[in-house]
Amino acid sequence: MVTAGSKPLRYLLQAINYTVFMAMVWYFATSPSVRIIAEDEAMITIAFAHAGQLREPCRLLTQEELNALPPNMRRIEDCPRERSPVTIEARLNDEVFYSATLPPPGLFDDGGVDVFHRIKIPAGEHLLGLKMNDSVRIEGFNHEFERQIKIDPAQILLVSFKSDQGFVVNGGTE
Amino acid sequence: MLVNPVKRAYLALESWFNISFGSEWNPLYHLGTLSFFLFWIILVTGLYLFIPYHGSIAGAYASMEYITHEQWYVAGIMRSMHRYASDAVVITILLHMFKEFASGRFRGFRWFSWVTGVPTLWMVVTLGITGYWLVWDELAQYVAIGSAQLMDALPIFSGAMTRNFVSGGMTDRFFILIEFLHLLGQPMLLLFMLWLHVKRMSHVAINPPRGLAMGTFFALLALSLYEPALSHGPANLDTVPRVLQIDWFYLNVYPLLEIWPAQQVWMFTTGLTVLLMAMPWLMPKKEGPAAVVDLEHCNGCGICFEDCPFDAITMQARTDGARYENEVVVNPSLCASCGICAGSCPASNPFRSSRETLKTGIDMPQLPVDEMRRLTRETVESMSGHSRIIVFGCEHGLDVARLDREDTRGIKLICSGMLPPTLVEYALKQGADGVMVTGCRENDCFFRFGNSWTRKRFTGDRKPILRARAERQRIRMHGAAEPDLRSVEADLEAFRKHLVELNQATASGKTGTE
Repeated sequence: MVTAGSKPLRYLLQAINYTVFMAMVWYFATSPSVRIIAEDEAMITIAFAHAGQLREPCRLLTQEELNALPPNMRRIEDCPRERSPVTIEARLNDEVFYSATLPPPGLFDDGGVDVFHRIKIPAGEHLLGLKMNDSVRIEGFNHEFERQIKIDPAQILLVSFKSDQGFVVNGGTE
Repeated sequence: MLVNPVKRAYLALESWFNISFGSEWNPLYHLGTLSFFLFWIILVTGLYLFIPYHGSIAGAYASMEYITHEQWYVAGIMRSMHRYASDAVVITILLHMFKEFASGRFRGFRWFSWVTGVPTLWMVVTLGITGYWLVWDELAQYVAIGSAQLMDALPIFSGAMTRNFVSGGMTDRFFILIEFLHLLGQPMLLLFMLWLHVKRMSHVAINPPRGLAMGTFFALLALSLYEPALSHGPANLDTVPRVLQIDWFYLNVYPLLEIWPAQQVWMFTTGLTVLLMAMPWLMPKKEGPAAVVDLEHCNGCGICFEDCPFDAITMQARTDGARYENEVVVNPSLCASCGICAGSCPASNPFRSSRETLKTGIDMPQLPVDEMRRLTRETVESMSGHSRIIVFGCEHGLDVARLDREDTRGIKLICSGMLPPTLVEYALKQGADGVMVTGCRENDCFFRFGNSWTRKRFTGDRKPILRARAERQRIRMHGAAEPDLRSVEADLEAFRKHLVELNQATASGKTGTE
């Protein structure tokens, strides 16, 4: 086995090794840097949870059906649990940038869907169009939204959906 | 001779560190203890940082700025040490993995340490991720959303986490959860995994040599003073951070989310982990049979129990009715088949029952002590010249057959630690002028302690000792790997000259007496 002859030489070599070790630590602790978004870009984020409407409407039970049930399980309506899938289409300046049909999760297809989609867009003015269908019993889209938006560089425009308000846009200016 | 380029690269690096640090301080021989030492630095600095740190959305960033700028002379340095030691530990762990892989120390009886070691690296990485989260700067925001995306890709969360973050649903309570994970949950889990990782080993060292620890500490301190760790701008969920200085030791997975869906990132990382964990079975190596105890020749002294590097030997009350209190038992599933136990057994004395088969208390079926004695005797008889040297080597160091010549012959053992000291004495008694023991490189025994136990036995620091009657001037140790042929040959040449002079001096002494 070869070893450095003199102590000073050995310490010098150790110093070199420690320097290389720390240089590696220092460099990879911060470099190379990652560009997340270009200088003139902004971002649209669609993020919301929504439960599709029931696939079939609730139905009143007949007297015969009620009689056939045990007394403690009698209820007036029969409501199937299965929900409709949620279909979304998002357009920017009349170009579709997101389109998806999300099936209801859960063992009995009765859960709400979580929507999450991000897209980088050039900052500036755009026409944002959003459409959603949440019922298999309705043809086409039953929720629609269209608005002229202005978005600054690096800004996030957040699109959400509330059952009582429809599509809600936060961030950016109209 | 070497065909494995990975092993060749490792040995070259090992040689360089041996030149710089010597074998005692060679960082490659202390990667485990060095990692432990770095964990100590992380723990102590982390505990200090916890005092001024404020775990809330409004307070986290401000407290980190206070730590970094207002109290830079203590807390700022602590922060930098905390961060750089965390980065350094990833390097030592990766080097540790590389070393074990390159030198074939990941399969066979070592499968358990390898399999428990791979996920440990991921635990360290996730611990670092929660640490970055606590700063709550732009990088933390990036990490938080990226982590949420990854979690949402798992069936249990189904999209709720990311939505929660981007729609401003993060609260101070979430900070408390992350603080709990970073300060208690993850470190405890890591400690458990480290315990599991070394469970099948005995004599586990925790601390690196003091010189190496000091060197590492001062190097980290110097880096902390030269380039203090800083935060990015404060987190703002209304904007996207443009450029981030990512810590690649911990956050290397997140840029993948820019090009792959989260499910694909999971598949990649899980696949890589499973592939690494499966290595012991993908590249298996046949092992020899386990050590066998012969109770007729075992007096239960416990030296083999003390010497076993892998906790494969246990002591129990005598079962054969012999007058001794204890006996040893070998667990074949833990046995590394190294033979260190055979070398430690006082009954492995070649001077016993010289006309019969030599039986010992614990022996290796593939190379019994009796066979070692026969080989030694025949090898000495086969040599000629004025400096007949018998070289005991091992299967994992330099191939001693490469040293063979008229006056030099090698005997390959499983490990240099299986050499009973009395066999060295026996070789000299049989007519060898000198004995050299090679084995693996110094302090880097394939079976952990083979060469160091042998050296201690020779110097009388460990039982069974080399008896005083064995002339020390005729015995030499030189740990060597395959690329060290030239240095061993040079040492052998010097040894030959020394032995010739010694023989001449002995002869003239005898003549003078007559």
